[in-house]
Amino acid sequence: MIPPSFEYYAPRSIGEALSLLSRLGDESKLLAGGHSLLPMMKLRFAQPAHLIDLNHIPDLRGIREDRGELVIGAMTTEAELIGSALIRNKVPLLAEGAGSIADPQVRYKGTIGGDISHGDPGNDHPAIMLALDAAFVLTGPKGQRTVKADGYFLGLYQTQLAADEILTQIRLPIPVSGSGWSYQKLKRKTGDFATAAAAVMLQMQSGRVARVAIGLTNVAPTALRAREAEAALAGKSLDEASLGEAARLAMSICNPTPDQRGDVAYKTAMCGEMTRRALQAAAARAAG
Amino acid sequence: MAKTHPVSFLLNGEPVAVEVEARELLIYTLREKLAHTGPHIGCETSHCGACTVDCNGMSVKSCTVLTVQCEGAEVLTVEGLERGGVLHALQQAFHEEHGLQCGYCTPGMLVRAYRLLQENPNPSEQEIRYGMSGNLCRCTGYQNIVKAVQAAARKLAAAQAAA
Repeated sequence: MIPPSFEYYAPRSIGEALSLLSRLGDESKLLAGGHSLLPMMKLRFAQPAHLIDLNHIPDLRGIREDRGELVIGAMTTEAELIGSALIRNKVPLLAEGAGSIADPQVRYKGTIGGDISHGDPGNDHPAIMLALDAAFVLTGPKGQRTVKADGYFLGLYQTQLAADEILTQIRLPIPVSGSGWSYQKLKRKTGDFATAAAAVMLQMQSGRVARVAIGLTNVAPTALRAREAEAALAGKSLDEASLGEAARLAMSICNPTPDQRGDVAYKTAMCGEMTRRALQAAAARAAG
Repeated sequence: MAKTHPVSFLLNGEPVAVEVEARELLIYTLREKLAHTGPHIGCETSHCGACTVDCNGMSVKSCTVLTVQCEGAEVLTVEGLERGGVLHALQQAFHEEHGLQCGYCTPGMLVRAYRLLQENPNPSEQEIRYGMSGNLCRCTGYQNIVKAVQAAARKLAAAQAAA
């Protein structure tokens, strides 16, 4: 299987990539890790006339700390996230989630920005970004704008990223120390998308939930923030009753597409189970 | 004739130069232009790992990398593991531990295991299974592949200690 013909460009700066994107317009696609786009091109689900390869732009890579936030270049690979001491120490949820994506070869090439920008509800970073209250820096011909992860994902393959913009940075508020975290992903085999998955960030105080954020993967046309479940947990201890209620509320917002991974009822039930497990695992890691 | 791009890279330490269309995948350049048929075409959908090669210190599925992206790269295929007629410790271990049956997945397995041991010279069984999970084998049931990687790790560590 060979992709259809296209023109290839390898810009060396964000500015050069933006001017190519403006000039080439709708017929062009940005190439990040390529492990979603190239398979789609082989299958003729995508046939861009121009590919703008972002792999040679140093400003799109790297992980640094900046005034209480982690700033991650959009072309940082999954393998780089997993290998980063900064990520493992400050935002371990991101390392855990990245380690569940695809397989080792794909993680060397796949990027956090590509995973987020693709708008595929099966991708893992969107729900993790929701749980981490991330913000995305979008750079276009008129400059930069910063948008919250919550509200960024509009629908299947649709995000707030405009056709002339590039996602350049991911900004993560560093969670307070003592926070618990977990990404629980049910998948049929290595390399598969989630049947359902849940990302949880949790702060406990005196045995009760002080703050919780829950993101859900692949149970709707976009990743979801489970706000009703979060609200129901506030101030509660995590016991059978509160976990059951949180799982029920997470399931109540599911609208999964039935496919070979399961029907609607099964995927919805697994979302509840992943939510419950992620909350329990996060609680085991949380202080207080 | 579609537009072509000149691409130069190091293949198993030797400089090579090719002219390719932008859409040409690395696996086809290696097999058809450069006569390196060690990397195999399995699924062509980046699942099976039979086409795995090492590129700039990363294991990659060469069915999902464009050759034009490899300008200036250092590429290692299974053909580059042996040195001076002596099998690499991993190749010897796959032989001794029966880490293959039909052999179709083996070039990808070897090249992936090579990078795994570069990054983690003393992996646990669990780390080997996780680190090799992008390579499918339909014959062995993986047990002997894991044993072979463990045996190679021990042999390489012993050689290192003796050096």
